[in-house]
Amino acid sequence: MTLWQPSATLEVLQARAHILNQVRAFFQKRAILEVETPLLSPSTVPELHIEPWRCGSFYLSTSPETYMKRLLAAGSGPIFQITKAFRSDELGGLHNPEFTMLEWYRPGWSHWQLIEEVGDLVAGLLGQPSRQTRSFREVFYQFTGVDPLSASYSQLLTRAQALPSPPPEGLDWEGVLDFLLVELVEPNLKNIAGLLFLEGYPESLAAMAQIDPGPPPRARRFELYIEGMELANGYQELTDPDQQAYRLHHTNQRRRAQGDIEHPIDHRFLAALHAGMPSCAGVALGIDRLVMAILKQPRIEQVLAFSADRLG
Amino acid sequence: MLSHNQLRIGTRVEIDNLPWIIVTAQFVKPGKGQAFTKIRIKNLVDGRVIDRTYKSSETVIKADVVDVDMQFLYGDGNNWNFMDPATYEQYTLSEAQVKEVIPWLKEQESYSVTLWAGKAISVTPPPFLTLKITHCEPGIKGDTISGATKPATLETSAVVKVPLFVNEGEFVRVDTRTGEYVERAKG
Repeated sequence: MTLWQPSATLEVLQARAHILNQVRAFFQKRAILEVETPLLSPSTVPELHIEPWRCGSFYLSTSPETYMKRLLAAGSGPIFQITKAFRSDELGGLHNPEFTMLEWYRPGWSHWQLIEEVGDLVAGLLGQPSRQTRSFREVFYQFTGVDPLSASYSQLLTRAQALPSPPPEGLDWEGVLDFLLVELVEPNLKNIAGLLFLEGYPESLAAMAQIDPGPPPRARRFELYIEGMELANGYQELTDPDQQAYRLHHTNQRRRAQGDIEHPIDHRFLAALHAGMPSCAGVALGIDRLVMAILKQPRIEQVLAFSADRLG
Repeated sequence: MLSHNQLRIGTRVEIDNLPWIIVTAQFVKPGKGQAFTKIRIKNLVDGRVIDRTYKSSETVIKADVVDVDMQFLYGDGNNWNFMDPATYEQYTLSEAQVKEVIPWLKEQESYSVTLWAGKAISVTPPPFLTLKITHCEPGIKGDTISGATKPATLETSAVVKVPLFVNEGEFVRVDTRTGEYVERAKG
């Protein structure tokens, strides 16, 4: 058998190393501090659809977000990190359970400014393709005919049920939205060349983003797509500790309601917000997918030294 | 029961009370959103192809489907009869079920018969068969390099292209998946 061999070619691994050097050079030039934060923690951010790996009495990090925000609250100034993130049960052409994430924060910036900087980094690495920013609402409406900021559950479901492949039973509002996203929106984004930023998400998809009160209210959140592939997710970061605590507990309640276990919350993260985290914008970007886009490799295992099927 | 991450190409599943084989499988998940597995499935009975999407918490029934090597006994135009040599049990398929493989059916030869819940639903010939040429134009002796071919009718009714030097009454080895001549063979 040849499964001892790397899943990426040596040429791809050399190019990947070069890309990582370019990414670090980009941040060094802008005087952004590189940091490292723990991969093992006794707490994890509860998410409805992200399952962490347990490691003894710890969790493997699904994202460096809370630790990086503790650094921001401690006065770090702008910071970036290139780190591994671990999410169980995610395996496919664009997913590996262990993947490399680039995350950075810009104190004092709006998420609109950060969209520009993400564009500068990614377009620079991709040979300056075109860039555009559109509202999530407009793009979702264009490909589904449904307004994601005002649609009722039954409006979303009716649209989903009109598709030749029916939606799974028992999806909640966000689940039907995700279904339409993967069935109708993302396949159409494949035909849009260059960098496409979507901005302004439904309030219930805010995660750790601030809410623009509107009307209609929407999350100050953006995503970057390259030819239909989701590459980055950024926020105007929520700084209000009470609102943040409410969202974490609310997510745990919803996890329990859908039959999943609750996760312990990082109270030191909440204490940092109480002490005062500066207003900032932050973004997470998938390095493996960035390498895929630059090197035109269609599957994630082609850019990983050893993908999940090659583990020893 | 199969969980969503066991839905892989080639896996046979039961959906809407019918057996299907997975042709393509794709895991999709918006960053923080619901995970789905999109599969394209081909019906093992009538061959139609449809798409289905499952969410990560769903399970799919593994189809009660097995492949058994059986001897082809005879066909009378309506019914095509096979026998499991291990049990001597006979299974009958309709003309519609065997239509695509009729040109490769030879009595006494062994075929893979797919059983769903104990009933025969399809037949797959072995990848290579050695069959007798029942009709072709006379051979041109010594022409082993020109690469020219002629049609030859085999004993099972299949027509394959054979090199000019091959003669009626001789045996040839053919690839049943492509319908192509492989080499001359002994009977």
